[in-house]
This record gives sequence, structure tokens and C-alpha cells, in this order.
Amino acid sequence: MTDLVTGPALATAPPFLADPRVQRAIQLVWHEAALLDAKDYEVWAELYTDDALYVVPIERDTDDFAGSLNMIYDDKRMRQMRVARIVEGYSLSAVDAARTVRTVSRFTVTSVSDTEVRLRSAQVLVSFKRDEHAVLGADLDHVVVLSDGGDRIGGKVIRLLNSDASVNASGYLL
Amino acid sequence: MTPTPPAPALVEPDRVHGSLYTDPEIFEQELTKIFESTWVWVAHDSELPKPGTFKSTYVGRQPVIVTRDRKGTVRTLLNRCRHRGASLCEKPRGEANGFTCPYHAWSYGLDGRLRGIPYPDGYEGVMEKSDLSLRALRTESYGGMIFASYDPDIEPLVDFLGDVAPWIDLFTKQGGGYPIKVLGRHQFTFRGNWKIQLENTTDGYHFPIVHRSWMASVDAETADMMSFMTDPECTTHSLGNGHSVMQMVPEHSDLDADDGTEPLQARFDGLVAELGQAGLDDAAVRRLVRAMHGTGFNLNLFPNVSLSNSFFRVLRPIAVDRTLVEHIAIGPDGPPEIVGPVNRERLRIHEHFQGPFGFGTPDDSEGWERVQRGAQAEPAMPIMVNRGMAREKAAGEGWPTSHVTDETGMRAAYAKWKEMMGDD
Ligand code: FES
Ligand SMILES: [Fe+2]
Repeated sequence: MTDLVTGPALATAPPFLADPRVQRAIQLVWHEAALLDAKDYEVWAELYTDDALYVVPIERDTDDFAGSLNMIYDDKRMRQMRVARIVEGYSLSAVDAARTVRTVSRFTVTSVSDTEVRLRSAQVLVSFKRDEHAVLGADLDHVVVLSDGGDRIGGKVIRLLNSDASVNASGYLL
Repeated sequence: MTPTPPAPALVEPDRVHGSLYTDPEIFEQELTKIFESTWVWVAHDSELPKPGTFKSTYVGRQPVIVTRDRKGTVRTLLNRCRHRGASLCEKPRGEANGFTCPYHAWSYGLDGRLRGIPYPDGYEGVMEKSDLSLRALRTESYGGMIFASYDPDIEPLVDFLGDVAPWIDLFTKQGGGYPIKVLGRHQFTFRGNWKIQLENTTDGYHFPIVHRSWMASVDAETADMMSFMTDPECTTHSLGNGHSVMQMVPEHSDLDADDGTEPLQARFDGLVAELGQAGLDDAAVRRLVRAMHGTGFNLNLFPNVSLSNSFFRVLRPIAVDRTLVEHIAIGPDGPPEIVGPVNRERLRIHEHFQGPFGFGTPDDSEGWERVQRGAQAEPAMPIMVNRGMAREKAAGEGWPTSHVTDETGMRAAYAKWKEMMGDD
């Protein structure tokens, strides 16, 4: 799923948490957050479907990611290279990356079917490196692909609050 | 702590004093004697495509608005209302007929002239509107690069650029026959002094060490193109006035010089086909594709901008130990069926290395922060910029020239720094 339509309309108004398909999707998003904080990037990359895009745009309201400059625009190949870069030990920023703790919450559901759930959520990430805490807030859009063989992430867009201002170079992933 | 000697004495030909990175007083002097005295890059022409377009930015630490007025003249105006000082414009870019202060609604034209004051009777006999235009900086441009200066009597921009001008001409050839335009920008700060970044632009020496993980992630052809470390043809020239150029891929310095023998990189096969379908002949396709990684040189302009590969790198000093850096991606400006696919490809190349999540920038940034942290250990100890001094020769147009891994560019910048910091 590379089509990440992310309009504000909520297809599913509360209460939706009772829907077991939504529960599965949220569970996967939380699992992903835990893997990222643990810097378990090889396992993390396995969560993604082959056609998933992982994007950190600069313009907060664009959906034309291919035609604009992003901080990250990763298809499977770039995602794998990114993980290799972080784990191989030759990137000084990754070796000395900040520790992170993130919470993902304030879920809304933009669509639900038996095969796919689209979720929007808020992420608050606190990082710590060399005596300095930093906070990064972001809106997340996830496409979760449901399947009996294991649910996967079919796409993720991370819209940082400060995406069009200065974002500090860091060795970790969002 | 031994007292720090006067600033100019802190720079010697082969070394500089560590306090150049750490002393807040030196930093304050730099703002006045350098950033408020010389030509500082503010914008590219394409950021102000038509009358009424503007960009807000900084010269040194002072906020400015760069505007294109009704007649097409580019102005750099202090972003400060003449009434009680409110900032007039908080938008990074846009289009406007003028600027109205949000506080008491004094309104100004795109040329900075005070046009209107609400309830003006209170000002009768007190002041003349014509005395209260926005403060304008002297503004000149060359090759689409717009610079501003607080000094109304400064030498003309072309004199300041000197031998840099022909390199700007070469750099713009990466438009492949089209003008170049800004495609987008990355912005990040690092906890370090601005000069650490200034030095880095012509520091070929750090490349294979710091960017080992980027090298591992690119295709063999790209890695091969960057094999400048041991190639004696790859040189750095000092161009005068603190400017320098580092040529990593000399065979791409003049993109019009193409004998047709260099194979195009396989990664662009899809693009080549697409451009062919859009009606371009082979020569035009080669022109655009060979320019994909830019011109293969980094042109470092003292004090705040460099033209690097396929982007502009702009620095802004924020504090003695904090600097903002912009990586401004550029590409050809032309018909969408041609520049669309070309620029999508260029954006991906840019993202791969640059920006806060690129495969290169975070490692540079970590290196620069390490310099700042380390320099606090006995600041009187020197920072060495002596690499290649013994093999420096006058080459080309008389430019001091050395190998691409040598510190010729840094020595040039510090010599200029010394000169400017000595002026009282
Ligand atoms: S401060 Fe601008 S109108 Fe008063
Ligand atoms: Fe670098």
C-alpha cells in the first residue's frame, strides 16, 4: 500500500475501540513504538510490507511526497539500507544516538475493513543525549494491513510539529 | 585561565586558537565585524519568482525580509516596524502587496516605504512619513545569488566575489540548459560554532571517515565518482576574499565539456527512457543526467553560503555554540514533463545524504558537536589547519592550490577572518 491518503475526515467516529480490527492495528503501532525505542531496527523493518513507504515530509500538508523534498522517503530498498547503516556501527551519529521514549496515543480511525485499518495518532517522543532532553511531537498516519499470517505496516507518514522549521540531526528513527 | 589575546592574533597561517569556537565575546565581534560588514547571502532568484513575492530570513542575527517590488527590484528590509519595533512578517515565504504591522497597523510597501498610518492626526507636526521607511540593506546579485550588506559603502558584490564568479557560472550549468530553481530545504541546528561548518565545506579529509556508512549505501558508480582521496587531479583552490573551491570530481566541473565517452550511471536508465519519450535528444538527456549529482565541486563563500554538489548550504550563527544550517535543494526549472522526473530523482539523491535524517548530515553534525565539546578542553590549544601547506602551489590563475584533502580552503577563510576582525 503506497497510497497514503490522509485527509482529516474520520470515517469512524467513536466508539471504535471495541472493534477487534482496530484493536489489532493499535497493538501493532504500539509494538512498533517499542521496537523503535529499543533500537531493534532489524525486527522493526520486518513489520513493513514490501510496497510500504515510510515518509517524514517537510511540508506538513502535502501528499505529493515523491514530488517534494522530504526528510525521509523510504521504499523497501532505502529502508533496508537505512537499517544497515544504523546497525553496522560505522555511523558515528547512530553509535551515539540519543535514547528515546515515545508514547503514541490519541488514536482516530480514518477507515476500517477486514484487510486494512487506517489510523491517525499523536506521538510524543522525548530524547536524551549528553545532558539534554529534547521533545519531538508528531502526527502519525499508519496503514495497517490485516492478515491471518500476521499484521503488517503498509505505510507510515510522520508529520513533525516542526517539520518545516529546524529539526536536529539525530541518529535514531521516528 | 590565561587572558585571551586580541582576536586577530588568534589566527596564524597554520593554526587557530581554540577560543575561536568558544569565546562569546569573539562571537559578538564576529556579528559586527563580519556578518554586519560584508556581503551575506540571503536568497536565490527563484525564491522570488515575481513582483510581490518575499522571503523572510536573517543577516547575522537580525531578521530581514527579502522582497521583489512592483518594478522587479529585489530589496532586503529589516523585519522591524518603525513604530515600536514589532516584526512585520512571520511567514517564511509568500506573496504580498506590502506589509502591515499587526500591532498598530502601520503599513509599508514592498519597497519598504511607509504608506499608511491609522488615525494620522496624532502625528501632525511630529514626524514625516518619508523619514520612516523600513531600514534597507544594500542588495546585489550575481548569477541568481542574492546578497545583502548593512554597509552602504561596501565594495560592489562582483568585486567581493572576484574569482568566484566564473565558478558560480559553472555551478548553474547543472540546470542542463534550464535555469535552476529551489526545490525545497532541510534545516537543522548543531551545538557548535559556525566556523566549524564553514571549514567543513572544503574539508575533503573527513569524507571517507565520517561518511563511510553513506559510501556503503550508494552504488559502485557513485562511490567511484567520489574516489577523490587519492586522485592528484582533485584539488582545492583559494579564490581570494576567504572564498575557496574544492574539486572532488574535476571532470564534472564544467558540465558542458562532455566528449560523450562517460557512460551514464545505470541507476538513471529509467529516467533516460522517460526523457527520451518526452522528446529530448541524446545530448539533452546526457546534459541533464550528468548533472544529477551537481558539478562535483564545493564552492565555499565566506562567510555564510556554499554551492555544494547540487544544493546551497547556508549557515546562520545563532550563538557562539549554536548554528543553523540549511541545505537548499536545487534543480532545473522547465517544462514539467522534463523537470518533473529529473527533479524527483534529484530530490531522492539529496534526501539520501542531506537533512536531519540523511545518511550523511547526522554524521557531520555529530562530528561538529564533538569539535565544540572537545575545544572546551584548554581552549588555548590550537586547532590545526596546516594539512598540505608544504605542497601548496600557485596554480591556475595564481590561486593557492593544494590537494582536495588539504586545508587550503580553511586557511583562506581564516586569513579573511583575521583581516576583518582586525578592522576597527
Ligand atoms: S509596532 Fe508596528 S504599528 Fe506599532
Ligand atoms: Fe561531511
